[in-house]
Amino acid sequence: MAEVRWNKKDLLGLEYLSKEEIELILETADSFKEVTTREIKKVPALRGKTVVNLFYEPSTRTRVSFELAAKRLSADVINIATETSSVRKGETLIDTGRNIEALKADIIVVRHNCSGAPVMLAKHVSISVVNAGDGWHEHPTQALLDMFTLKERLGRIAGINVTIVGDIAHSRVARSNIWGLTKLGANVTVCAPPMLIPAGIEQMNVQVTTDIEEALGNADAVNVLRMQFERDVQSAFPQQIEYFKKYGITEERLKRAKKDLIIMHPGPINRGIEIASEVADCSQSVILDQVTNGIAVRMAVLFLVSQARDENQI
Amino acid sequence: MKILIKNGRLIDPANKIDQVLDILVDNTKIVRLDKNITNGQATVIDATNKIVMPALVDMHVHLRQPGREDKETIFSGTQAAVHGGVGTVLAMPNTEPPIDSPEQIRLLKKIISQTANAKVLIAATITVGRQGKELTPIAQLKKEGAVAITDDGSSVDSAEILAKAMVKARQAKILIISHCEDKTLSQNGVMNLGAMSTRLGLRGIPNASEYKRVQRDIELAAKTKCRLHIAHVSCQESVEIIAKAKKKGIMVTAETAPHYFSLTEKALFDYDTNKKMNPPLRTDKDVAAIKDALSDGTIDAIASDHAPHTMPDKDIEFDHAEFGVIGLETELAVSITNLVETKHLSWLDLAKVMSLNPARILGIDRGNLSVGKSADLIVVDPVKTWQVRKEEFLSKSKNSCFLGMQLKGKVLYTILGGKIVYKVKDSEDISH
Repeated sequence: MAEVRWNKKDLLGLEYLSKEEIELILETADSFKEVTTREIKKVPALRGKTVVNLFYEPSTRTRVSFELAAKRLSADVINIATETSSVRKGETLIDTGRNIEALKADIIVVRHNCSGAPVMLAKHVSISVVNAGDGWHEHPTQALLDMFTLKERLGRIAGINVTIVGDIAHSRVARSNIWGLTKLGANVTVCAPPMLIPAGIEQMNVQVTTDIEEALGNADAVNVLRMQFERDVQSAFPQQIEYFKKYGITEERLKRAKKDLIIMHPGPINRGIEIASEVADCSQSVILDQVTNGIAVRMAVLFLVSQARDENQI
Repeated sequence: MKILIKNGRLIDPANKIDQVLDILVDNTKIVRLDKNITNGQATVIDATNKIVMPALVDMHVHLRQPGREDKETIFSGTQAAVHGGVGTVLAMPNTEPPIDSPEQIRLLKKIISQTANAKVLIAATITVGRQGKELTPIAQLKKEGAVAITDDGSSVDSAEILAKAMVKARQAKILIISHCEDKTLSQNGVMNLGAMSTRLGLRGIPNASEYKRVQRDIELAAKTKCRLHIAHVSCQESVEIIAKAKKKGIMVTAETAPHYFSLTEKALFDYDTNKKMNPPLRTDKDVAAIKDALSDGTIDAIASDHAPHTMPDKDIEFDHAEFGVIGLETELAVSITNLVETKHLSWLDLAKVMSLNPARILGIDRGNLSVGKSADLIVVDPVKTWQVRKEEFLSKSKNSCFLGMQLKGKVLYTILGGKIVYKVKDSEDISH
């Protein structure tokens, strides 16, 4: 185990963590992964604790993964799904948070369409806040499970070459991966059409390219982002097929990459848009391992923040 | 009533005076400036080691009345003004309803005469309802008392309509103030576009959304020979465009706000909505350009862009929070701390950009300490440091971007028209 103690009540983003803290989460997740392979997949670590999943954005896989993680730690779980529109009405996020706190819950897992919402929430409640994805900002547990999977496959993070392909501008998965991977010493390349590369991204210590062949050239792993053809992307790529032609991860492109290139995707995948169907299912793909590992990583996060809060209260 | 201010360092840029002098005020006016004045009847203020300068003239203030009295009123806003050493404010017309007709001006004048603690000048809108479509009756607005017209909060998007307004403004001899923002470029941005907006995952506002409009509005002003004032300059490119225009002799003036020379986009690291304003906080190079522009006269004035908002409008998701920060009660100290202390401006320069220049731009007889002038002046402790705290604001709203900061320079007295309208409470009483 690393010589570091976890003393944060919240997990808001990988930007806010040290290398050692990230490693501690991954090591803790390693021991929880063993639990998930047992016949009885449950430990009493969070017995008597309440986890509230507060989701302002539709999400199935992240919510289910957090719910399973909490249940395997023997916590009680409540799910609150709220649709918000761009206009403000009804109860504010801070008021909702304070109400959940008054209900004596211990951890709020929050997904929000506004960047920074979990940061604000955490400032106003004394219970733990875990960011399950906020706007274009961060999705820390996704990046942690991506790194966990990479470490499982390659044995290390330091020195490996990871390429992230897709809509970097609007991706919280990309940002969290960049923070986490660079802190642990990986070389990160981002690849996207020019309009989907955000201003000043190179200041986050990444290589930037618009050329997919170059991006895959010496990559040990490629993280393929889900393409969502909404407002902002529409003008950049009116035709989904055109995106696939220029940036899609195809068998043809894999032939020119390292032969054991690891293929990752945060899901849900769009077959034939950002990734060819055969590639998604090939032996280099770890997409389903990521899903499995997500539970162990989220167990580790819930465990660590809960423990830190218990200790801080003494 | 007579007031004698003794031994203060008198700063009067209108007469290029920076020396220790006594100043005698009788009734509403300054009656004598000299060494060693004595007067048995006067209330004496000992201003030894203190600065005596013209009260500030803040040409960009949102007082929110009528319509949003929950955020600010003429009464509370002018209380805040005198607390900050501001004697005259120009009230922006984006109230609810907006000040776009002679009737609205008449109503506003009535509230001002009944409740204001400082001099309140009125700006009216350029277009009806600030909709950018139909011009207001500009000559009538002027006749009713408006000293400027502006659709502040929005740009007039149509160049044709703005050009027409400029022609009418020239004829009516009224100042046009431009809020420069091309919404097709700022889109739904909430902060400066750049590395920081990328890091935070927030929509960015490029410098171009400001400076392209600065460029357009200056060209229109040159063509129509209309005097133009550019509000809240925030970026380097705007400064360059204004400098060029001035060199060509175009009648343009400009203001900036204290936050644009004091803070950068980095202040948004924790999504503090009290640092959300429009235009947004920019970068180090923009801050440097704004400071230089104040030193070399490219930017004529400092104005607070005091924009009060209630807690429910600010304590929400960054995307949804209102734009704007309060500034009346901090602008002097922020300017002393970040411009005078750093030698970007002398005290004379400071009095010029915070009082004399805005008074001249607005065409009012203020910012000047000559004998015979209205006694609008402040006594400032130039070395007193203090921390910005919510509890000390007299504004109804507390949304300051300087909360928690240590500032240098504190207003001890604000005297308007010969009357002490504000006197510091906490420090030692220096009057006899």
